[in-house]
Amino acid sequence: MNILVIAEHNNQNLHNSTQHTISASHELPGAIHVLVAGYNCKTVAQQAAQQEHVKKVLYADDVIYQHGLAEDLAQLIVTLAPDYAYILAPATTFGKNVLPRAAALLDVGQISDIIQIINAETFMRPIYAGNALATITSNDPIKIITVRPTAFPLCAANNTSSEIQSTTASKPIQLSEFISLAATPSGTRPDLSAARVVIAGGRGLQTKENFALLEILANKLNAALGASRAAVDAGLVPNDLQIGQTGKVVAPELYIAIGISGAIQHMAGMKDSKVIVAINSDPDAPIFQIADYGLVADLFVAVPELINAL
Amino acid sequence: MKCLVAIKQVIDPYVTIRIKADNSAVETNNVKMAMNPFDEIAIEEAVRQKEAGKITEIIAISIGTTACQETLRQALARGADQAILIETNEQFGPLQIAKILTKIAQQQNPQLFILGKQAIDDDCNQTGQMLAGLLNWAQGTFVSELEIDDSTKATVVREVDGGLETLRLTLPAVITTDLRLNEPRYISLPNVMQAKRKTLQVIPLDDLGLNLCNNIKTLQVTPPHARKSGVKVTSVPELIDKLKNEAKVI
Ligand SMILES: Cc1cc2nc3c(=O)[nH]c(=O)nc-3n(C[C@H](O)[C@H](O)[C@H](O)COP(=O)(O)OP(=O)(O)OC[C@H]3O[C@@H](n4cnc5c(N)ncnc54)[C@H](O)[C@@H]3O)c2cc1C
Repeated sequence: MNILVIAEHNNQNLHNSTQHTISASHELPGAIHVLVAGYNCKTVAQQAAQQEHVKKVLYADDVIYQHGLAEDLAQLIVTLAPDYAYILAPATTFGKNVLPRAAALLDVGQISDIIQIINAETFMRPIYAGNALATITSNDPIKIITVRPTAFPLCAANNTSSEIQSTTASKPIQLSEFISLAATPSGTRPDLSAARVVIAGGRGLQTKENFALLEILANKLNAALGASRAAVDAGLVPNDLQIGQTGKVVAPELYIAIGISGAIQHMAGMKDSKVIVAINSDPDAPIFQIADYGLVADLFVAVPELINAL
Repeated sequence: MKCLVAIKQVIDPYVTIRIKADNSAVETNNVKMAMNPFDEIAIEEAVRQKEAGKITEIIAISIGTTACQETLRQALARGADQAILIETNEQFGPLQIAKILTKIAQQQNPQLFILGKQAIDDDCNQTGQMLAGLLNWAQGTFVSELEIDDSTKATVVREVDGGLETLRLTLPAVITTDLRLNEPRYISLPNVMQAKRKTLQVIPLDDLGLNLCNNIKTLQVTPPHARKSGVKVTSVPELIDKLKNEAKVI
């Protein structure tokens, strides 16, 4: 029995979360197939076919898949499911939205956000904002899994390409209609989920204008910007910058937390970073407990100094 | 328009959890419990929609032990009109919970079913999507704005990794809440008193006649790997030196 990976993409490019999911799937028994469902997304199917470990790409090109709406995509997954022992998607807002719906329609459970594959039926996943790790086993006939991208490496791309097989779309469901996507412009900065360096700001920044300081620092280090929930709630930055239990999970080589106290819900999203730096004026801030390098300082003094010195 | 809201009782988000000595689970005995924060937002949203005249009736539903009645009373104090506890001592996964909620939805015929996007204990983020699938309803997940257009449509703004996505949903629909949908109000004492007089119906799970089997089992619960403690630096130049020459990350 084989493995089906549901590709995340924007009809032009395969999202890196898919490549992390392919790597995870490679630890499971079976040949890896990737489902690319979208609209005018031939190039994505080609990119998927070039990923290492991928044996076949199932390509469903139809306007009903253009925006990855859960109702139609889940239906397509259900139609394809009888051929598979595993169905995986990244634990991003895309995968979290569609995969549980497909699981329910198939009458099987889902294992969310795995960080380790122990054997063909057994997986490890964080619970309680990462304050505990649960080892979970499933004897469902089809195992439906979302994968935490940061816990598995990126797969590489081959020069050769595997087979691309066109798949017919399932009957349109049309329960929801896409109206718009207000995307946050990241300028020339790297994507938060793929950046080598992340500069994250919290409530300590106080205003939107002050947050611009971090942009200068981020540009110097070719870093992505991130934020705590408090910074997003206060309107300093858009929602998609939120890192944590209920936001994005990142694990860059260098994470610099500035004016962030280090609530457990925030740490859940960044504590697997390789090197953590914290700049905070409160010497007792919990963030210092997980920081490799802590600087007790007023950020309005330290950050400009850092910018000048780099 | 009738609205159902699902409520889960969880360990209070500000309590430090303890893993049982035998590594079987997280200790929940003698621990402060609370309503899942996302469910507080779900109830608050239903109440606001009712205040705006879009919803006429709110029923809060929880599945769990007798102790969950306390959490349902809070939901009543927050403004739910009545509450239903599906009583069971068994622990279920999201699929079984979604099946129970499906049954209730079929009995109650709501136009809207609001749930939290995830429970902060198991962090699964599945139940709403599963419920929508089982009912064959539209789903609006991770919602930060909800506008009920009329009796047949609702417009939602969803918090997605790439920004904010707007969808128009055909009703009935399932909505799951994100943190920024609203800020739950404080419960006033008169509301707490009033909640005591509202109907809280307790239905034994067995009465629903569902066949619920969970094929996913937790083998053990262990603490996460601790990070080794770091050092404090005293100045920006020292920090830069460490990052360049010790950690070699810049
Ligand atoms: C259900 C739930 C889910 C949540 N999910 C998330 C999540 O996904 N992500 C998340 O981040 N949070 C989340 N939270 C919120 C979390 O509990 C904290 O409230 C939040 O992370 C705090 O953000 P903060 O550190 O920016 O703000 P604060 O805790 O207010 O910290 C601000 C810090 O800035 C420092 N500071 C202030 N001024 C200066 C200065 N001039 N120089 C240097 N330092 C300064 C202060 O000393 C303080 O430590 C969640 C909470 C709940 C209940």
